Amino acid sequence: MNHHRRLQLTKDGRLRHFIAIEGLPRAILMSILDTAEGFTSVANQSVKKVPLLRGKTIVNLFFESSTRTRTTFEVAAKRLSADVINFNISTSSASKGESLLDTLRNLEAMQTDMFVVRHDASGAAHFIAQQVAPHVSVINAGDGCHAHPTQAMLDMFTIRRHFGEFAPLNVAIVGDLLHSRVARSQIHALTTLQVNEVRVIGPKTLIPKGIDQMGVHVYHDMRAGLRDVDVVIMLRLQRERMHGAFIPSEHEYFQSYGLTPERLAYAKPHAIVMHPGPINRGVEIDSAVADGAQSVILEQVTNGIAVRMAVMALTMGSYAAQGEA
Amino acid sequence: MRIRIHGGRLIDPAHQVDTTTDIYIADGHVVALGHAPSGFHTDQEIDATGRIVCPGLIDMHARLREPGAEHKGTILSETRAAAAAGVTTLCCPPDTQPIIDTPAVAELIRERAAVAGYVKVLTLGALSKGLEGVQISEMKALRDAGCVGVSNAWRPIANTLVMRRAMEYAATFDLPIFLHAEDPYLYAEGCAHEGAISTRLGLVGIPEIAETIAVARDLALVQETGARAHFCQLSTARGMELVLAAQAQGLPVTADVSAHQLHLTEMDIGDYNSLCHVRPPLRTQRDRDALRRSLTRGVAICSAHQPHEPDAKAGPYAETEPGIAGLESLLPLTLRLVDEGVLSLRDAIASLTAHPARILGITGGTLAVGTAADICVFDPKREWRLADHMLSQGRNTPFLHWDMHGKVTHTLLQGRVVYRES
Repeated sequence: MNHHRRLQLTKDGRLRHFIAIEGLPRAILMSILDTAEGFTSVANQSVKKVPLLRGKTIVNLFFESSTRTRTTFEVAAKRLSADVINFNISTSSASKGESLLDTLRNLEAMQTDMFVVRHDASGAAHFIAQQVAPHVSVINAGDGCHAHPTQAMLDMFTIRRHFGEFAPLNVAIVGDLLHSRVARSQIHALTTLQVNEVRVIGPKTLIPKGIDQMGVHVYHDMRAGLRDVDVVIMLRLQRERMHGAFIPSEHEYFQSYGLTPERLAYAKPHAIVMHPGPINRGVEIDSAVADGAQSVILEQVTNGIAVRMAVMALTMGSYAAQGEA
Repeated sequence: MRIRIHGGRLIDPAHQVDTTTDIYIADGHVVALGHAPSGFHTDQEIDATGRIVCPGLIDMHARLREPGAEHKGTILSETRAAAAAGVTTLCCPPDTQPIIDTPAVAELIRERAAVAGYVKVLTLGALSKGLEGVQISEMKALRDAGCVGVSNAWRPIANTLVMRRAMEYAATFDLPIFLHAEDPYLYAEGCAHEGAISTRLGLVGIPEIAETIAVARDLALVQETGARAHFCQLSTARGMELVLAAQAQGLPVTADVSAHQLHLTEMDIGDYNSLCHVRPPLRTQRDRDALRRSLTRGVAICSAHQPHEPDAKAGPYAETEPGIAGLESLLPLTLRLVDEGVLSLRDAIASLTAHPARILGITGGTLAVGTAADICVFDPKREWRLADHMLSQGRNTPFLHWDMHGKVTHTLLQGRVVYRES
């Protein structure tokens, strides 16, 4: 969408904010992957730091509780030598009735250079990016059911490491598509990177209306949906987002859509299994698969740091480059 | 005060009048058209050359925010904006604070409106006590206090038995029921039309069937109870089809559409533009086109005016409050339909005058000799922008920078000039 593009890119086409995959050109996604590739070696150095963002202040602004995502952002920022401040708003201002805008203004007044934002409302990161001063970058760490672009990029990074290219791949995303911001970002990333086919699999209650217009094929049956697939992405059943009954029980869900070794056998023999975590063993994925040879779930976590370093470096770099111009 | 409005093109759809003529006003009434009555001495001349003179607009649905939400608008601020928009009568729903479920609140609103003196304000009484959807309100008392109908506003009644009894009771006193057709379970706190766009944006969708199922249920109840029902701000093609089909079969049902639904679609949400967060949600282009076509069949256009303070719209989309400050775009958005070839000028004016008057069961909406001189004079060619003229306390409108055609120059309420363009 053009709107997203306008907000996220500078006039000369560099990354300014990272709000959503939608609207970003393929070249930007590739440059994130390439930059991340360069950062993977930092973790193997004896001093796990590069001085790219020294003196910069990054605020992790989390309105929704998260340990894993926040931690990887924090590690990524520290490896770039930035100063990191964590704000967990669900336990602070919001409960005192302070508006999002007031919270933002207060933190901005502390000379913040970047906000990493997670919020339970779709469009929150977008809203914040519209409000911040010109030198401040915003990275979306998950907004409602809309987008989680760094997660999608670390998934793309993991896929590229395994297959080397995107064009021949068939990818299936399985489970609660309705509530999944990860899935939406993955779909945009996969279609932008021009994989052969993207499929979504789930019961009709968890497949949102009109998702086919995002360029995916919809399946309700695992056997048909997983046939000839190279990448199986399992989504977490987001129990906390279930307004009402979308499935009769976790047991029945697992009976139809749980990824067992038998079902994984429908996919190609070399297929990899991914999951954005945290996993619900026995609900969407069998332990034998989660811990099995085809699982790359822990690699995803490792890759998350390099990819988030890349996104931070690129968005901050865009301002520096513009300032010099 | 005796006024002559001369040289204007008088369009009075109720009487199929479309002619250039002079209008003579005395003691708050139209006393003659064309030639001055004998002995008429003019105190004030209004030159309407090149302008259109029509009955004052009747807005079926405008929230004034008083009592209870004066930080969004007051009776004074919003009725003043209404006068500038050519509106001479408006009808406000019962969801004020306190709620209009007693005669006292209805009287308070009308008295304050009378003191302000800009427009005639009608009220709808609450259909259920406290709008809670449990116990029916004292409808007869509300009717006797001047309420022109009863409504549960945006608190649709989920319990069909309560709805049936409310309709039966309202029908006993021939009081029309104003319905916001929305199944509360399917609405599910959604904020955008359910479809590819809500899916892409990750917003909770409000499906089309939230409206059509509610319309279908209420039409069945109308058939059963004989109540008169008016469907407010229909948003879907199918919902409108159901109502018009029932009307064609002789059921006592009517409908209106908000002006913004005739121009905007779900596409306009764009990148979470909270100014396009409305209830019912903006629907598809197919819906918009069907709503446009319904306008030749007696459907009224309302402003669905909902002024807000800026904070109400400053936040992530779903967390913002729905509604558009629509009074001052009501006429230009309706005239835009004429420019776009959707409606004749006469039908456009009828949808803002004769149709709402008939639906509300009030005199007015016409300019025949002997009627109250509630008059709107506008320059159909004038181009202007809302941003430069807005009087409503609420600036929450996605039309702020649109180029509008047609600007009100004078508004008369019972023969008194209540707005004159400066």
